[in-house]
Amino acid sequence: MSRLKLFIPVGVFLVLALVLWRGLYLDPRTLPSVLIDKPLPEFSLPIVEQSDRLVSKADLPKEPFLLNVWGSYCLPCLQENPILKAAAADGVLPIIGINYKDKTNLAQMWMDDNGSPFEFSVVDADGRLGIDLGVYGAPETFVIDGNGVIRYKHIGVIDYQSWQQEIMPAIAAVKAEARN
Amino acid sequence: MIFPALLNSPRKASGFLRTLLQIAALALLCMTSNAWSAIDTFEFENDEQQQRFRTLSNEFRCPMCQNTSLTGSGGGVAEDLRREIYLMIVDGKTDAEIEQFMLERYGDFIFYKPRLMTETLLLWFGPLLFLVLGGWIVMGIIRRARPQGQEAVVLDNSDQARLHKLLEKVDGQD
Repeated sequence: MSRLKLFIPVGVFLVLALVLWRGLYLDPRTLPSVLIDKPLPEFSLPIVEQSDRLVSKADLPKEPFLLNVWGSYCLPCLQENPILKAAAADGVLPIIGINYKDKTNLAQMWMDDNGSPFEFSVVDADGRLGIDLGVYGAPETFVIDGNGVIRYKHIGVIDYQSWQQEIMPAIAAVKAEARN
Repeated sequence: MIFPALLNSPRKASGFLRTLLQIAALALLCMTSNAWSAIDTFEFENDEQQQRFRTLSNEFRCPMCQNTSLTGSGGGVAEDLRREIYLMIVDGKTDAEIEQFMLERYGDFIFYKPRLMTETLLLWFGPLLFLVLGGWIVMGIIRRARPQGQEAVVLDNSDQARLHKLLEKVDGQD
């Protein structure tokens, strides 16, 4: 028994090492969203493409779609733009933009320069809609189902890996559900 | 950014001047970090509202910069959240309502002081657990360190008398 006690420090070390090892690979930026499975908030805002047109929740697609929070100042948004454009062009699903805390003329220029994957982009100049969506910085991407319920949230840039491994499966799940 | 350029041209500045410039550059750096802290111009109806605003912005964590409160953060979202808090206070919302608003959107992460629930029990009472554990180990060590098998000796009357005699003898020798 007393021999076994000698191993207690080794045991403590192993447990601690395991916990800290795991901690090394946790990303502190991926916070669980409390808004998963909650309906989208109500809003009534203009769009970048047509400043005199107000859109609301009722104008959003009635099928599964992506909601992408972006800004012309945001470099990762530029990085993920080709993936989103390809998805929109291939008809994977409609993509709606939220132009978050940006200047509308700069947003329009950005879209002219880089091309737009969006059906339209909602102008959220003061970030009020962003707060209701629990957004803390562009880019963030939500998968919304046909009933306007938030089903998945991706924080940060979308690269090919996260598109293939995280977002596509989330979209597929929501679409499969919509068919049944 | 004139200073770094000057600092990099030693031929133009003598040793003393260089040191002076370096100190000035450092002082400038300190000033910029001061300028970063957020300045809001909110008008409150009374001091109590202002106090509540301060307390609340200190209680919430900035979701973007993670290790600063809303008060200390210059991040865009922190700015927006401070504005929301201000509007809600002026609107007559209670602290509990404001906390609920934050919780519904940003989750438990937003609270610097975690709420008491099953998931946070270890967080709240872990230190107490370790204190008890440590106390128990220390007690064990102390108990073991005490010499074993030496129970208190009880003297009967005749032994007591002998002891007295012996002690008197020792005293007498001094």
